[in-house]
Amino acid sequence: MRNVSLVFRREFAAYFATPLAYIFIVIFLALAGILTFRLGGFLGREQADLVPFFEFHPWLYLFLVPALSMRLWAEERRLGTIELFLTLPISMTEAVVGKYLAAWAFTATAVALTFPMWLTVNYLGNPDNGVILASYVGSLLMAGAYLSIGSMISAMTKNQVIAFVVTTSACFILTLAGSPTVLEFFSNWAPSNVVEAIGNFGFLPHFQSIQRGVIDLRDLIFFGSVIIVALIANAIIVDWRKAF
Amino acid sequence: MTQILSIQGLTKTFGSKTVVDDVSFDVGKGEVLGFLGPNGAGKSTTMKMIVGFLTPTSGTAIVCGHDVSHEPLAVKAAVGYLPEGAPAYPDMTPLAFLGFIAGVRGFDGAERRSRIDRVVEMTRIQDVARQPIETLSKGFKRRVGLAQSLLHDPEVLILDEPTDGLDPNQKQVVRDLIRDMGQEKCIVISTHILEEVDAVCSRAMIIASGKVMADASPAELKAQSGSGDLDEVFRKVTANA
Repeated sequence: MRNVSLVFRREFAAYFATPLAYIFIVIFLALAGILTFRLGGFLGREQADLVPFFEFHPWLYLFLVPALSMRLWAEERRLGTIELFLTLPISMTEAVVGKYLAAWAFTATAVALTFPMWLTVNYLGNPDNGVILASYVGSLLMAGAYLSIGSMISAMTKNQVIAFVVTTSACFILTLAGSPTVLEFFSNWAPSNVVEAIGNFGFLPHFQSIQRGVIDLRDLIFFGSVIIVALIANAIIVDWRKAF
Repeated sequence: MTQILSIQGLTKTFGSKTVVDDVSFDVGKGEVLGFLGPNGAGKSTTMKMIVGFLTPTSGTAIVCGHDVSHEPLAVKAAVGYLPEGAPAYPDMTPLAFLGFIAGVRGFDGAERRSRIDRVVEMTRIQDVARQPIETLSKGFKRRVGLAQSLLHDPEVLILDEPTDGLDPNQKQVVRDLIRDMGQEKCIVISTHILEEVDAVCSRAMIIASGKVMADASPAELKAQSGSGDLDEVFRKVTANA
């Protein structure tokens, strides 16, 4: 735990050592606001909830989260610091988890800074704050799943731009795997249980089910297992690719 | 003389290419072993296997009684390692960087501060300790890397080209440091500068194509050539490799 916390603190501080952290937070907040009020018609709906706010989160994360995860391992490899990092008395698990948690905590910081949305909706009406809390949890789980995939992909390359593009594409496919477009495409010819399996693999239905205010164990297990599997793969890839 | 570092049949192949070929040797306390060899001879790869960064294809290294194949963390805790090029996080200051490493090495509070102060003084980086590493000259970066490897006062030091890129004065500082520490530690340095071997090493090992071609004291090596010139021995030994 001590090493996880040391790695976590170094990584978390690294975000703030460059303008990346501030740019990320400003853009995230600005886009979240614009999408909610403009595209989401937050005020015009005259409903005291944050549905128009949360429904854009997967799409925001799609290109903002890879910007956070791309540096996790690719930068260590490009700078050569991976050789120093992995010859310190830190286990691979501690290294992978420490880095991952730092990126997740940073995302959580940005998400937490959207609290004025919550204040606004409480000022304007009487929203169901339980649903809003569940939505925040769902949003963070979704971001966590994207980050774990991004961290794994970052371990495959020295090039952060490649890590960014590949992560965005991978997350795009995973997000849409459960959407009607994709399901219809498969339902024309694939057996129904295959279609169902593909549907279950998509991020979006799990996110939307949490959005309704019910934190279902199945959705937690889904995101939890995506994160764990991606991080195990991450550790294996780091170990396998470190010499190249 | 106690053997602190024991290399046993270390071999590394990348695909069909054998980079390190069945290398065995022991190093004891008070020895400074200089690894000499042309570029690509397998010096760095050997060092990377000793410190547990690369997994050997076969063979192993025993460091302070710990087998790197079975107890890599114990080996990593015991050695001080300066990787080639002295990599460090560019956005950190030397103090923050050393603070992180000291934390990982298990030091806290007053002890952490005193350990950092000690290595900052040893490597003479006081003047740049508070500016980001990316703004430092090559010589200072190298010394920050060296400072990092000394924090836990390790019994075994593995230094990959510790004086590369330093100016003559800085080289002298680092060589004096290595020579002083060599009295009670077991140090392995790699270099392609022959005069360095003469200056700091008690033993020299010439490696070419992953094999040990010569292993003797610098004086003995010199005696092998008629002219007493290390350059000549080096060329002769590595010519056929």
